[in-house]
Amino acid sequence: MTTVESAGSSLASPPGAGIRKVKDRTATTLVYAAFAIALVPLIWLLWTVVSKGIYMLTRNGWFTGTERGITYRDAGGGAWHAVLGTLEQVALCTAISVPIALLVAIYLVEYGRGPLARMTTFMVDILTGIPSIVAALFIYAVFITTFGGERSGWLVSLALVMLMIPVIVRTTEEMLKLVPNELREASYALGVPKWKTIVRIVLPTAMSGIVTGVVLGIARVAGETAPLLILVGYSPDKNANLFSGPQASLPGLIKDQFSNLGSTTILEGGKRVTVHYAADRMWGAALTLILLVMILNLAARVIARRSAVN
Amino acid sequence: MAKRIDAKNLNIYYGKFLAVSEVTFTIAPRSVTAFIGPSGCGKSTVLRTINRMHEVISGATVEGDLLLDGENIYGAGIDPVDVRRTIGMVFQRPNPFPTMSIYDNVVAGLKLQSGRLRKSELDETVERSLRGANLWEEVKSRLAKPGAGLSGGQQQRLCIARAIAVEPQVLLMDEPCSALDPISTLAIEDLIQTLKEKYTIVIVTHNMQQAARVSERTAFFNLAGVGKPGQLVEIDDTQKIFTNPTDQRTEDYISGRFG
Amino acid sequence: MTERTSRHSGTSDGDQPRTAEAIALARAKAEARANEALSDVERQADAPDEGGVNSPAGSTFSRRPVVGSSEPLGVSTLDDTPEVFGAGSTSLDGNGRARIGDRVFASLTAGAGLFVVLLIALVALFLLVKAIPAIAHDKSNFLTSRHWDTTSGALDFGVLPLLWTTVLISVLALVLAVPVAIGIALFISQYAHKRVARPVAYVVDLLAAIPSIIYGIWGITVLAPKIQPVADALTHLGAFPLFADKNVKGGTVFTGGVILAVMILPIVTAVCRDVYERTPQANIEAAWALGATRWEMIRLAVLPYGKPGMISGAMLGLGRALGETIAISLILSKVSNTGPFSFSIFDGGETFASKIANNASEFNSPQQTGAYIAAGLVLFVLTFAVNAAARAIVNRRKEFS
Repeated sequence: MTTVESAGSSLASPPGAGIRKVKDRTATTLVYAAFAIALVPLIWLLWTVVSKGIYMLTRNGWFTGTERGITYRDAGGGAWHAVLGTLEQVALCTAISVPIALLVAIYLVEYGRGPLARMTTFMVDILTGIPSIVAALFIYAVFITTFGGERSGWLVSLALVMLMIPVIVRTTEEMLKLVPNELREASYALGVPKWKTIVRIVLPTAMSGIVTGVVLGIARVAGETAPLLILVGYSPDKNANLFSGPQASLPGLIKDQFSNLGSTTILEGGKRVTVHYAADRMWGAALTLILLVMILNLAARVIARRSAVN
Repeated sequence: MAKRIDAKNLNIYYGKFLAVSEVTFTIAPRSVTAFIGPSGCGKSTVLRTINRMHEVISGATVEGDLLLDGENIYGAGIDPVDVRRTIGMVFQRPNPFPTMSIYDNVVAGLKLQSGRLRKSELDETVERSLRGANLWEEVKSRLAKPGAGLSGGQQQRLCIARAIAVEPQVLLMDEPCSALDPISTLAIEDLIQTLKEKYTIVIVTHNMQQAARVSERTAFFNLAGVGKPGQLVEIDDTQKIFTNPTDQRTEDYISGRFG
Repeated sequence: MTERTSRHSGTSDGDQPRTAEAIALARAKAEARANEALSDVERQADAPDEGGVNSPAGSTFSRRPVVGSSEPLGVSTLDDTPEVFGAGSTSLDGNGRARIGDRVFASLTAGAGLFVVLLIALVALFLLVKAIPAIAHDKSNFLTSRHWDTTSGALDFGVLPLLWTTVLISVLALVLAVPVAIGIALFISQYAHKRVARPVAYVVDLLAAIPSIIYGIWGITVLAPKIQPVADALTHLGAFPLFADKNVKGGTVFTGGVILAVMILPIVTAVCRDVYERTPQANIEAAWALGATRWEMIRLAVLPYGKPGMISGAMLGLGRALGETIAISLILSKVSNTGPFSFSIFDGGETFASKIANNASEFNSPQQTGAYIAAGLVLFVLTFAVNAAARAIVNRRKEFS
């Protein structure tokens, strides 16, 4: 087939040129198709969540009410208890993670040489890949099985710490490496000790990048569900106490409504009526969670753009 | 307050690699000494050993003595941080701290060294240092603006102000004008003439005219050969180096036969 | 450690009695410090000073540990030339604080590094300690049994079905995701204009930002019904055990695999893109110069160079897929393990992670919990191995480039 084609082709095209062109075109098509394939689930999923979730979000009381006393038979309900729980758990997690992660990153970039540094880098990699359910089991094994604690919100925070630390360490590391050595030298040349150089010169210079890393870390853990299942019960009512009792969170609310999805028919006035209150709330909570995470991601990008390093 | 510098048999290593060998010289207080020589001959390396800045690069070591008014800065128990407080440095590229204002840049050294200082003291230091660096008139109205917003030449003078704000004894300058335009270069050179009344100045330069213009003494460095360490060929009065050098290699270099 | 202070008489302008005491004190401290064993941490505390004055044997200097340089300069000089280094702000007190600051800070950072290392060790240790009693009391073989009974007094459990489903669903996700990821990575790095490439990369990253529970509810309620025709078509292929019809609608390994594929797409894409963008320009130009088409250039230069990166990217994706919990737990239908072993991707089942998540409310007795912790331990070992292998490949590549 090649020879037949090439017999008629001009001198400029050697034998096989046709096949080669076809292959090239096929590859180009496939590459473009791959990109299109990635867009399909993203757009489809976002459309689903927005179109199904917007109803609850625009209802009065979604951001102020709770699920107290509301069953799958009842319309309405709010997500305030879940938003509050998520914010509290994530805030505690951030407060613990940030100092540790910053110190680890500083250690790796500014001090680390030798076996401990190599080991630390490796372990941060492993921590990046640790499944959230394993992190949760670990916290369970330590604080509940061993020390006899009760399931509560702060244990979720601890499990999330293990997921957040590697995210912040990695971004901070990159940012510290971007700080020009000239600035460190300028500081040393003024007779400033190393630790003050790091704290007062290097960290402020890398600050926006570090904040980006922290925000990305928050976005990463805010939607994490597995630790909730093991480490805290779901409460339909508001519980602001991280250290005692069941506590709601956005993923917890989604999970709770999901388990009510099956019950869609109720008796009303002697007639069977199909309802979708649980589904409404589930998608409402999903949209709330996505909005929270997306806002955090956008914020991270805006902050990253205002970086002093680049 | 300026100090004399004596280097005795300095050997400078990067790991096992001997970069510069057997350097011996004396630099008088309140003088300007220029280090000249072709690229890679180790003149910047020698400069950085004078305030122990080369140690920032891991694996760099020095043997020999470097005396500051007779005190060996490599003596046991000497803290390099203190050495650097005493011997200031200005770098090739202006490097003001990007997160700080002009004001904060000038007092960065003082503030980071010793914590709290009175505002009036700081104000005084800022004005004195900026005047000393010939920058005061240009920036006095915008001290709170970021230092990175200044022009290249102004930034370099800001770095000089920052270096002299901590009142060092010696000022090292590593090709301070190589990133600057001719007018800014002239400003810095004028400044060096003023600064030498108070400080011992050592300047590394690629520009032989500059060395001739600003320095009283000139040291010529060269590689001992291909793959061999750098060495100090000769150090003498600038006048003599540029008119009647003792060493043939100096003659060849300044007359443009190599380098 | 012979202390060699070069005291030249210099410009001695009188003693300052006030500082004399301070000198004595500081010197005593310095000596005490010199006697301390030099830990790694301390050595690093002086990193900018590293390599201080260590001179080869035979020189007039003694080999002095770097840490020795942490004594304030003033100590050895004050008696000769008090005003020199003590001038201005460098009081002895200030020096002492600065050096302590350096040590404390360096120790803090190293301590944080150590914390991370210990954390992983503790994870392994705790899971092991809690799992062993349960495994010891297991009536069946822990690795090969298909039973899972932890409620009725005696323990009788094995992880074989969990292992099978976990691996099957993850490999399916990988098979679906990797070709697409390579395509997108090529699109971003080789085909698209820079202006297009950035937003595209951002869009792919957005996939990673969506919480997995949302993938879960979307996958089972929206996606599963829509891909049912594909599932039906494949089951009609018949006898092939991987595609056997098990009469499970929606909550199949197939649906789960598709969702997992979408979830791991960003990470695989990111790693592939990264290595493709690092292809040496010289290799690319050499291919162009041979008259290659774009695809031939990619095959000649980009893909061979990026191969280790692609492998490790795929393995990182695999690691992510193995441990995914909530999405899989919401999607997969639970099935009984009594019948003949099912190989089909059109069956339900449970993975390690979803098994643990589904039964979290039953963590009552330590032994019962131990069974689930044992499952978690296997998952930990699995992901650890996969991630470590992936990192090893990436790091080996880094050394070359």
